[in-house]
Amino acid sequence: MTQADATVVRREVVVNTPQAKAFETFTGRFGDFKPPEHNLLGAPIAETVFEPRVGGHIYDRATDGSECRWARILAYEPPDRVVFSWDIGPQWQIETDPDLTSEVEVRFVPDGPDRTRVELEHRHLDRHGAGWQSVAGGIGGDEGWPLYLARYAALLGQDS
Amino acid sequence: MLADETRRAIVSRLAEEALPVGQLAAGLPVTRSAVSQHLKILKDAGLVSEHAAGTRRIYRLNPTAVAALRDQLDAFWRRALESYADVADPPTEESS
Repeated sequence: MTQADATVVRREVVVNTPQAKAFETFTGRFGDFKPPEHNLLGAPIAETVFEPRVGGHIYDRATDGSECRWARILAYEPPDRVVFSWDIGPQWQIETDPDLTSEVEVRFVPDGPDRTRVELEHRHLDRHGAGWQSVAGGIGGDEGWPLYLARYAALLGQDS
Repeated sequence: MLADETRRAIVSRLAEEALPVGQLAAGLPVTRSAVSQHLKILKDAGLVSEHAAGTRRIYRLNPTAVAALRDQLDAFWRRALESYADVADPPTEESS
């Protein structure tokens, strides 16, 4: 797995919540815990909707009514797991080519009746790689690297 | 804003070629120490790496940009899951 590790993010958290409730909270209240600065809208975000079915989307809705669909639900298997695509390219824009998107799997593993281990894996990050190269080659304007950089710095709280 | 502009300029410059601080600063309307500050931020963010060439330190864009993307997403999910735990498991019944 050493080679794959650079293209995968793994995180887990244990909650004192039964499996079904843990799943329901993750999918039903996604907008309540997603870091709020993470959205591609031009207006303030009103809500994030997680459509509970394969073929559905995760989308952000802004206060002006505009929407941004940034994930496709690939698997929806309550209370065990959910998989969705990550359709956000390295330029922090919606990626329309599915071959250039990564995916996120979240598994809900019971740890006794009232505890659940939530295992998250965001994989295939290298699929964004082609975009990275074109970004690096097209540098100079407000697109690409500098835009990404500004977003990245903001995320890390280093913007000045 | 100037900070952002400067960082953009540094990134653009390093996209063309690897450079030492002095040469970077020579092409920018800011001091050398300001450039060093920005380079430190860029380095901490994983976007720029440095290596020694004789007595000088040469800076370049990190070629493994996917690693920077990974760091960013890692931070994103860390924060998301922390908040998720607060939502799913409110610290009301036990205060351990």
